[in-house]
Amino acid sequence: MADLLQIHEPGATPLPHDGEEAIAVGIDLGTTNCVVAISSEGKPEVLRDEDGEALVPSVVAYAPDGSAVVGGMAKMLILDRPEAVVSSIKRLMGRGLDDVKSLTGTLPYDVEPGETEGMVRLNVAGHRLTPVEISGDILAALKERAELHLGAKVDRAVVTVPAYFDDAARTATKDAARLAGLEVLRLVNEPTAAALAYGLDEGAEGIYAVYDLGGGTFDVSILKMQKGVFQVLATGGDAALGGDDFDHAIAEHFLAERAASQGAKVITSSEAKAALMTARLAKECLTDQPDGEWMISFDDIMTKHALDRETFEGLSRPLVEHTVRICHDVIADAGITPDDIQGVVLVGGSTRVPLVRQLVAAEFRHEPLADINPDEVVAVGAARQAEALTVGSDTLLLDVTPLSLGIETMGQMVEKIIPRNTPIPVAKRQEFTTFQDGQSAMSIHAVQGEREMVDQNRSLAQFALRGIPPMTAGAARIEVTFAVDADGLLTVSAREATTGVESQIEVKPSYGLSDEEMRDMLYDSMKHAKDDMERRLLAEARVEAERSLNAVVAALRVDGDLLTADERAAIDAALQTVTDAMAGTDRDIINGLAEDLEVATRPFAEKRMDRGIREALSGHSVEDFEDADEEPAVKAEESA
Amino acid sequence: MQADPTETLTPFTGHACPQECWSCKGPVALEDLFCPTCSTIQPLGQVDHFKRLDLEATFDLDVNDLDRRYFELQGKLHPDRFATKTSQERTLSMQQATSLNDAYETLKDSLKRADYLVHMMGQNVLPEGCQLISAPDLLEEAMELREALAMAETADDIDAIAARAAGDIDDCEIGLSKAFAGEDIEGACALTTRLKYLRKLTDEVRQQRAKMTAMS
Ligand SMILES: [Zn+2]
Repeated sequence: MADLLQIHEPGATPLPHDGEEAIAVGIDLGTTNCVVAISSEGKPEVLRDEDGEALVPSVVAYAPDGSAVVGGMAKMLILDRPEAVVSSIKRLMGRGLDDVKSLTGTLPYDVEPGETEGMVRLNVAGHRLTPVEISGDILAALKERAELHLGAKVDRAVVTVPAYFDDAARTATKDAARLAGLEVLRLVNEPTAAALAYGLDEGAEGIYAVYDLGGGTFDVSILKMQKGVFQVLATGGDAALGGDDFDHAIAEHFLAERAASQGAKVITSSEAKAALMTARLAKECLTDQPDGEWMISFDDIMTKHALDRETFEGLSRPLVEHTVRICHDVIADAGITPDDIQGVVLVGGSTRVPLVRQLVAAEFRHEPLADINPDEVVAVGAARQAEALTVGSDTLLLDVTPLSLGIETMGQMVEKIIPRNTPIPVAKRQEFTTFQDGQSAMSIHAVQGEREMVDQNRSLAQFALRGIPPMTAGAARIEVTFAVDADGLLTVSAREATTGVESQIEVKPSYGLSDEEMRDMLYDSMKHAKDDMERRLLAEARVEAERSLNAVVAALRVDGDLLTADERAAIDAALQTVTDAMAGTDRDIINGLAEDLEVATRPFAEKRMDRGIREALSGHSVEDFEDADEEPAVKAEESA
Repeated sequence: MQADPTETLTPFTGHACPQECWSCKGPVALEDLFCPTCSTIQPLGQVDHFKRLDLEATFDLDVNDLDRRYFELQGKLHPDRFATKTSQERTLSMQQATSLNDAYETLKDSLKRADYLVHMMGQNVLPEGCQLISAPDLLEEAMELREALAMAETADDIDAIAARAAGDIDDCEIGLSKAFAGEDIEGACALTTRLKYLRKLTDEVRQQRAKMTAMS
């Protein structure tokens, strides 16, 4: 323990608020690439490798012993050892298999058979892994990059997620960070992070649109930026649409050509990965070049495929037009017209595709702003927010719920409780009642989405409120509360109002990990899990003790005159012991002494309360009424 | 009476009797967001939406004022300001920010604001309707407009209906302003109900337009 603290800051006093806390990083955990950045004294910095490269490919290769290699090295193994390599794992975060696109009927993932419910598991180089674990390995590599760069331990981060990520995917992202030994200070929506970085660095004011087409997700957000406030007016998107889909379109095209010349054949998941890799190369080339030729080689047969930009645009146009339609709806949701928009910020590598720029410019009636690096801006925003959360800042991010949250009612209908684009945090309560006489339990099924029927939306969680006393149908009053926190995560609680029977759950998504699985994974994957936990508890003990100290010091400043010299000396001594304990690393001692301080100051608190009441009654300063326990002037008014 | 000043004297003095700060145990007034002694965030007080935003309870709200107050308060109360504080402070911040969002969302929108004011006067319009008024005229007007919308064949037809609805909404808001100023609760209820119908129509206009664009 002591060693760990010394890493943070050799020689200085380890009291909070003096810069002892290690820097918190900002992480853009992308479908195709990741970026990690830091911000210090308002200056963001993207962390690069020795070649100056900021992008870490979101590709993980697993060795037979289970150890993971992340990034460029792993990417190079895709063609040679496809069975040991996973890419685009973000597309599986919090999702079921139905959400994954196949290539000529083959998934580019080797899915463990027999998994029909809950979280998908992949077979990679003989290991059975969940998307959460694989993302955890990516995050661990990013954490390592930051630690190498800073020469200090990093254990807190702001991690970005697509605005349109649902509750299950957000929870999965947070779980992955935990596996990597990172405490998520906040999940920030990617377009919001981009707007923050853009707004602060370019001094933009007014209403802006952020069009974010990543590898596997699409978001568009409309924000109002003014004097350091970043207010999201509306957001929309498609959590299963991104640059990957351009790759899929090209790969399908190539494989169809190949089938025409070589005869149709069922491909393997490894072959699918190889075809997608070739397609991606083709897409990237066609951004700058009008045409080119690529090769696909498996089964000892090599086929050549020519592709020009016009054909590529024909393949990708329906996808881009789909994003433009979403933009249209979001502008309307924001209650504005395109003329109100000052500019469009493009985010995500896929916005380099010329057709995207062209159609976006037409929809928003503005040439998109190209003076930012679309790959790095999200991480920069995340780093800035990490600094704001730990060091403080005058900027304020006000975000919204991307999708409506509702509850299943009779006939598989959805009753919306929190509509989309509601500012978070938010809590809403709605009352329901029983359907049958004597009904003793009610099933509460939370869903997310815009459609009317339950099965058209994403099921988030289901639980039962039991112990409802026998009543006639319609007499019970079941209050259901939906609360969404600043990370966009939902908690549902229900109580019967006439009796107070209660039930509350944190939503554990149907595609999420159980607490038990999480515990096992933490145990397996983190050699330092116990150390990390200890350090966190110590940090919490210090924060709590510091609050107690501050409270007493503030009270002494205002009401110190109420104490005798002896009383004052006793409190000063108690303060000193707590201060001393905080410099140490024993959290039990810190907690114990902080409690002692509370006890020691209780008589002081009572005296202060007496004075406070007298002051309030008189509306005057207390000196005027030193002995006036009961102030008659007030009583006279009372009868009026 | 004097023995327990906390309950009886509060409304008459203008100085609510102090609560105890959960952190430093010193006195805090009911409306204090932060302890005057130790500056720690305090639990939610029971105040209406206008008071929460420190605004006069009126329909004629200046939206810029509302935004300014909202940003100012959220700048102090938002959970982002408490990320490294104790869990109790984080919880309180979450509750305060949630209530502030609720107040802001309600007052920002003219229909919700009208409904809230009607509610403060002891009536309800949303979601089920108001007992004070039975409004056959309103219903008829709404039916008529929806019928016109269903018959609309061209974008121009839809635009004409949208323009009429927008004009009617403006009229409604002017009327509501007068009704609330004159404490005409029946009038306020009727106009709030009319506004509700018109908003619904505006939504339907939007859907119809989207449908038409999709088909063309
Ligand atoms: Zn206090």
